Amino acid sequence: MLRKEAAVAELNHYLILSAVLFTIGTAGVLLRRNLITILLSIEVMLNAVNLSFIAFGHFLGSSDGQIIVFFVITVAAAEAVVGLALVIALFRHVETLNPDAFRQLRG
Amino acid sequence: MDFNLVLFYAFAAIAVGATLLVVLQSNPVYSVLLLIGSFIGLAGLYVLLDAPFVAVIQIIIYAGAIMVLFLFVVMLLNAPREEPAPPGILESGMTRAVGAVLALAFALELAWALNHSRTLATTDAYDMPRSFSVPDIGQRLFQEYAFAFEATSILILVAMLGAITLAARRVAERSRRG
Repeated sequence: MLRKEAAVAELNHYLILSAVLFTIGTAGVLLRRNLITILLSIEVMLNAVNLSFIAFGHFLGSSDGQIIVFFVITVAAAEAVVGLALVIALFRHVETLNPDAFRQLRG
Repeated sequence: MDFNLVLFYAFAAIAVGATLLVVLQSNPVYSVLLLIGSFIGLAGLYVLLDAPFVAVIQIIIYAGAIMVLFLFVVMLLNAPREEPAPPGILESGMTRAVGAVLALAFALELAWALNHSRTLATTDAYDMPRSFSVPDIGQRLFQEYAFAFEATSILILVAMLGAITLAARRVAERSRRG
C-alpha cells in the first residue's frame, strides 16, 4: 500500500480513512453518555461505510457503489427519524438523555 | 505531490478533525454543527472519486435534512449537558487492560489486512477514468434496482408512521384525559 510514494490517492488511502472514521464513530457510541451524541456517532459510522463503498465503486469502474450509497442514505434517514422519536419519547418519560438512566427493564 | 493527493489529505483532515470534535464535544448543538462540517469534507472526497451525484446528495439530504432534524430535536428537548461518567466503571484497571488489548488487536488486524490485500486495478481506473452521470445512475436505479427503490419507499413510509406513533403517544393520552 504505502510502500512506494504514491502519486495519487489510492484505494488503500480511502480505506484507511474509512477505517479511522468508523473507529471514531464506534468509540463515540461506546464512550458517550448522551443519546443524541450516540445517534450522531452511528451516523459517522454509516458515513465511513459509504466512503468505502464509493471508493470501491470508483476503483472497480462501476456505478454500483454510488447506487448502494443512495440506499444507505435512505436507510440512515429512516433510522434517524425512528431513533429521534424514541429519544423524544424516552426524554418525556425520565427527563434525561443519559442512557444509564433507562434501566426499568432490568430483571 | 499530485494535486489530487493534496486535496485528498485536505478533505481527509477536515473529515477526521471534525468527526473527532463531534465525539469529544460535550454540547450536542456543537456536535451536530461539526458533523455537518465532517459531511462537507466527505462530499469533497466523493467529488475526488468522480461521484458528484453522491456528493450533492450528501450535502442536500444528509447535511440539509437529517442534521437539521437532529438540531431540531436537540433544541426541542433543550438538551442538558452530559453528566460526567460515574466513577469506577472506567477507572477499573481490569476494564482498561481488556479494552487496550482489544483495541490493539483491532488496529493490528486492520493494518495486516490492508497491507496484505492486493490493490485493485488502480492504474486502469486512472488510465480511463469513468465518471457516471446522473442520468446513468437514474436509469440503473429505475431499471435494475427498481424493486429496491420501491421497497425503500415502503421503508420510509413505515419509519414515518413509526415516528408519529412513538412521538405522539403522550399527546393522544392527554387529549383523552382532558
